[in-house]
Amino acid sequence: MRISPKITQALAVLLLGSATFFTVMVLVFVIVFVLGKGLPGVTWEFLSTNPRDMGRAGGILPTLVGTILLPLLAIAIALPLGVGTSVYLTEYTRETRMTRALRFGTDCLAGIPSIIFGLFGFIFFVVGLNMGWCLLSGGLTLAIMILPTIIRTSEEAIRAVPNSWREVSFSLGATRWETVLKVVLPNALPGIVTGVMLGIGRSIGETAAVIFTAGSALRMPISAFDSVRTMSVHFYILAREGISTEKAYATAAVLIISVLMVNLIAYGMMHRFIARRAR
Amino acid sequence: MIQASPAKITIRALRVFHGQEESLRGISLDIPANQVLGIIGPSGAGKTTFLRALNRLNDLVPDMHAEGQILLDGKDIYHPACDVVALRKRVGMLFALPVALPMSIYENVVYGPRLSGVRKKTHLDEVVERSLKAAFLWDEVKDRLRMSGLRLSGGQQQRLCLARVLAMEELEVILLDEPCSGLDPISTSKIEDALTILKERYTIILVTNNTKQAARVADETAFFLMGDMVEYGLTEKIFTVPDDKRTNDYVTGRFG
Repeated sequence: MRISPKITQALAVLLLGSATFFTVMVLVFVIVFVLGKGLPGVTWEFLSTNPRDMGRAGGILPTLVGTILLPLLAIAIALPLGVGTSVYLTEYTRETRMTRALRFGTDCLAGIPSIIFGLFGFIFFVVGLNMGWCLLSGGLTLAIMILPTIIRTSEEAIRAVPNSWREVSFSLGATRWETVLKVVLPNALPGIVTGVMLGIGRSIGETAAVIFTAGSALRMPISAFDSVRTMSVHFYILAREGISTEKAYATAAVLIISVLMVNLIAYGMMHRFIARRAR
Repeated sequence: MIQASPAKITIRALRVFHGQEESLRGISLDIPANQVLGIIGPSGAGKTTFLRALNRLNDLVPDMHAEGQILLDGKDIYHPACDVVALRKRVGMLFALPVALPMSIYENVVYGPRLSGVRKKTHLDEVVERSLKAAFLWDEVKDRLRMSGLRLSGGQQQRLCLARVLAMEELEVILLDEPCSGLDPISTSKIEDALTILKERYTIILVTNNTKQAARVADETAFFLMGDMVEYGLTEKIFTVPDDKRTNDYVTGRFG
């Protein structure tokens, strides 16, 4: 017996529609729940003062600074390395067993749980290189952690640049490097930015890798060799050790809003860039 | 007429391999300066491969290599000491499909000159006007040079591509790979008009699937078939009394 196309169509719309609805509802629920619990505690004083009594009172200023500095440092290290690697793999090498092995390796790296990176960072940077728990150890560890993401997204973006554009550039007497600079990278930029965003998102939310390498000091960091606590770590400690549920939710609310803002700013910048080029 | 002009490009026993397959099987040809050489033949004849051998664009394709000699003004372009980047500035190319780069009309035209280190604004402005005029596009775009080249129509984009090639100051040879295959008759005739003027300054090699176009534009014509050059001579001769029967069959439309 064949079901009439009209019924299958209606069924498909119903099933897919409810899947979408369910997904969105879960997301909305999480955000509304955290913001509802946390927002009342978010005041100017909360954002602009140091925590007192282990975080039971006062604000989160040092963790806010830490949450900004640590991902920035990680991106500053990972972006040139990652984009450089993907340009090399796509533009300067031909597809061989070697490049396939490299790509497989990056894919595996991307799937490793972050706590393994934390452990590696602890053994290598904190203890091995005697750097201690600090901003730099944490930044380097996060950079290693997000490198695979940046490499893979950049690579996809670079591959999506039409080959005919490269040929035109070469035919006009451009070298490979000039072609990369003038044609490939500008047109791969939106994709690269997406990779960077994913990387920033992962670093902002990262707890396991950070707590092992950047530590959890509540002081304001003054140099790259100071220990810092990010908002995620702060939230974890407040909640885990039962210091203050109220402050934990307020921290979580700030964290969610920061991630949203980072995304909005990045997409805004990207759209302006695309619009400027397409004019 | 053939003897009167000195050979701009001398090709001796050119063979091009694509992996195991031999795409060109020993082409020898003297291409005189300041003429339009038409290359006709059915698809798969090696016309495009031949063209792309002349500016070494085939180098970009993995497992493709050439044997034999191509001399440009007496210098072997496949010699290890040959500067490929400089070569491609002398031997410009127009592709079958118009490919405007995703940047403004202005930036498209000055792409080559900028690579050669031209910085002066007044100089670049001059280049843009001169090249766009030579490609019969200036009047249509002079008020919107900052607009993206991608927003032009196909025919306009192809003329923009021509202007971009003409903007290169080192240019001596223009290669055209079926430049009108996707264009309307008006854009086609504009490109053809441009070619007849441009041959006074440049050496032009025009690959075309449209035998009528070769008959209209080319001074001399070569007929390619399955990697061989079957016949080469004055265009009138190729189209009226060719020596080879296969040429006759092709130009009269009996196959191809």
